[in-house]
Amino acid sequence: MWKAILSPDFFGTILRSATPILFATLAASIAAKSGITNMALEGIMLFSALFGVIFSSFTHSAGLGLLLTVIVGGLIGAILAFFVLNLKTDEILAAIAINLTATGGTVLLLLAYSGDRGVSSSVRSVSAPNITIPLIEKIPFIGQILSGQNVLTWLSLLAVLVMHLFLYKTPLGLSIRSVGENKDAAESVGINSRKVQYIALIISGALAAMGGFYLSGGYMNMFTKDMSGGRGFIALAASSMGGNTPVGGFFVSLLFGLAQALANVMQLTAVMPYEIILMVPYLTTLIGLGVYYYSQKKKKERLSGK
Amino acid sequence: MNNAKRFNALRTVLSVLIALAISFVIIFMVSEQPVEAIKYLLVGPLTSKRNMGNVIESMIPLIFTGTGVCIMFSANQINLSGEGAFHVGGLIASCVAINMSARVVSPIAALFCAGIVGAVFTAIPAVMKITTTADEMVSSLMINYLALYFGNYMLNNVIGDPKASAASYKLTEASKLPVLFDGTRVHFGIIIAIAVAILGYIFLYRTKIGYELRLTGENEEFAKYSGISIVKVILISQLLGGFVAGLGGGVEMLSPIYARFTWTSLLGYGWDAIIICTLSKKNPLYTPFAALFLAYLRTGASIMARRTDVTLEIVQITQGIIILLVVAEQFLSRYKHKLIAKEAKAALKEEEAA
Repeated sequence: MWKAILSPDFFGTILRSATPILFATLAASIAAKSGITNMALEGIMLFSALFGVIFSSFTHSAGLGLLLTVIVGGLIGAILAFFVLNLKTDEILAAIAINLTATGGTVLLLLAYSGDRGVSSSVRSVSAPNITIPLIEKIPFIGQILSGQNVLTWLSLLAVLVMHLFLYKTPLGLSIRSVGENKDAAESVGINSRKVQYIALIISGALAAMGGFYLSGGYMNMFTKDMSGGRGFIALAASSMGGNTPVGGFFVSLLFGLAQALANVMQLTAVMPYEIILMVPYLTTLIGLGVYYYSQKKKKERLSGK
Repeated sequence: MNNAKRFNALRTVLSVLIALAISFVIIFMVSEQPVEAIKYLLVGPLTSKRNMGNVIESMIPLIFTGTGVCIMFSANQINLSGEGAFHVGGLIASCVAINMSARVVSPIAALFCAGIVGAVFTAIPAVMKITTTADEMVSSLMINYLALYFGNYMLNNVIGDPKASAASYKLTEASKLPVLFDGTRVHFGIIIAIAVAILGYIFLYRTKIGYELRLTGENEEFAKYSGISIVKVILISQLLGGFVAGLGGGVEMLSPIYARFTWTSLLGYGWDAIIICTLSKKNPLYTPFAALFLAYLRTGASIMARRTDVTLEIVQITQGIIILLVVAEQFLSRYKHKLIAKEAKAALKEEEAA
């Protein structure tokens, strides 16, 4: 078993399984930074997984397919923003409504588009390619891990960096964070909080859409019913555990990838019943959440001199 | 107040109608026999005794989880573990029902265990929130998956019948709930469900602790300063809500629908409960009506899916739209404003006259 765990393949699996969660975690954190819990990530990912297949088969191009999917993701983010900000809908209930619509809507749309029930078996979609970068490939071990990863995995790593710079080094990032910290204070210095939250939710939707596209056009090469499988929810937990920062979220996503990869290896070696291993990521988050919040609470108490 | 209530009812009805209208448009777009499909959707459940029975029978789990979520949400705790509580409730009830065959005692024991396990289950996110301030919504989402995989583990390793695939040993006849009407599967659970809804109403709206709970839900700070123990309120509401959801899982398991425990995925009643809770405005008394509506819609949809080319999933879209419109506070707000202004003017006139 140890041999399997220490192989570059194993680390590659971690990255592969972490990719969709990482995208969704970044999506959760930008929404959270603007002060909104985006629980609709699950539904947006599911919709995007389907639209990824439809658009890439329609345009015969993974790139165009991804672009269109990301636009749809942003659009769903905007719809969520419209209901939450304009119509004053409870953000959790609005998200639940979007998730429900996604569960039914994807099956219905797939049936209408191709006549397939639940699995897009008759659609010829185009998956995002795996790429190897010549120089990095030569680095021992690390090169083996990174080479041949999907282009979207690379993109997700890049997105961590871009999101970090965006949130902490640009004026718009500052606006987003200040609206999330204190809406009224931000308004008082002339920030249009509604506009800022709209932008944050649109970006959040677009990021989740990349995660969704990866599910059906990278991780797998077709759409199956309910394929987001709770990753949007995991992302909320991961983001929260990572303090809603892109870098923190990145490490927690890797933890999820690790648990998934471990589950794969242990399933083969049968040390434990696999149902127990499948529990590991959720149990890890649950404990992680408790520990993280507890330490935050203690820190606050210390600072306030209690 | 009267006008505001009437407005709420009107808005709910209007939301439902708009959602149905949108669904009809979708049916017209995707189906080659749209009129047939809509006919089956709307009147299908009334066409036979068995279909009507199906409506009643599918109301039962919805009333349970709906009431449970009403109690949990009334304290403003967005605890989404009702889904998992239902699952473990069904699991434990089947464990008991497989091993006990005493008449009357066996179902009561199974249901009691289901309730207790459900209560403990939903209390976990609540206890985490109290001790560590971890967000109950996120932790409850995670814990649902633990319930699912634990159920799968039990099914495959402990209660699984080696002769059946992905099913437990048979539940004993003595522990099943009796059928009420011949020719249907409507069972004793409907009586328990309605009793639970009424008790839930009495608890939330007619007792001191229920009042404290709702006050905490409305304004936690205010409740704190009025001397209400928030910790107590959170714990009681989550324990009770989980008990009801777990009980619902148990009742569903002991119903004539199942002979063995076969749940290998989450059934979604916890999410449905949120629709029920939204439609009934967090009042358990209205949950049977909301459940009737949803059950009717679903039974109609499954008849439609069997007879025509429209899939069952269209209902999920209808449900999504209904939630969005019902909870969109600004939807029809201008009309509401007018109504309130009219009422105020009338009150002023009366005052002048007096």
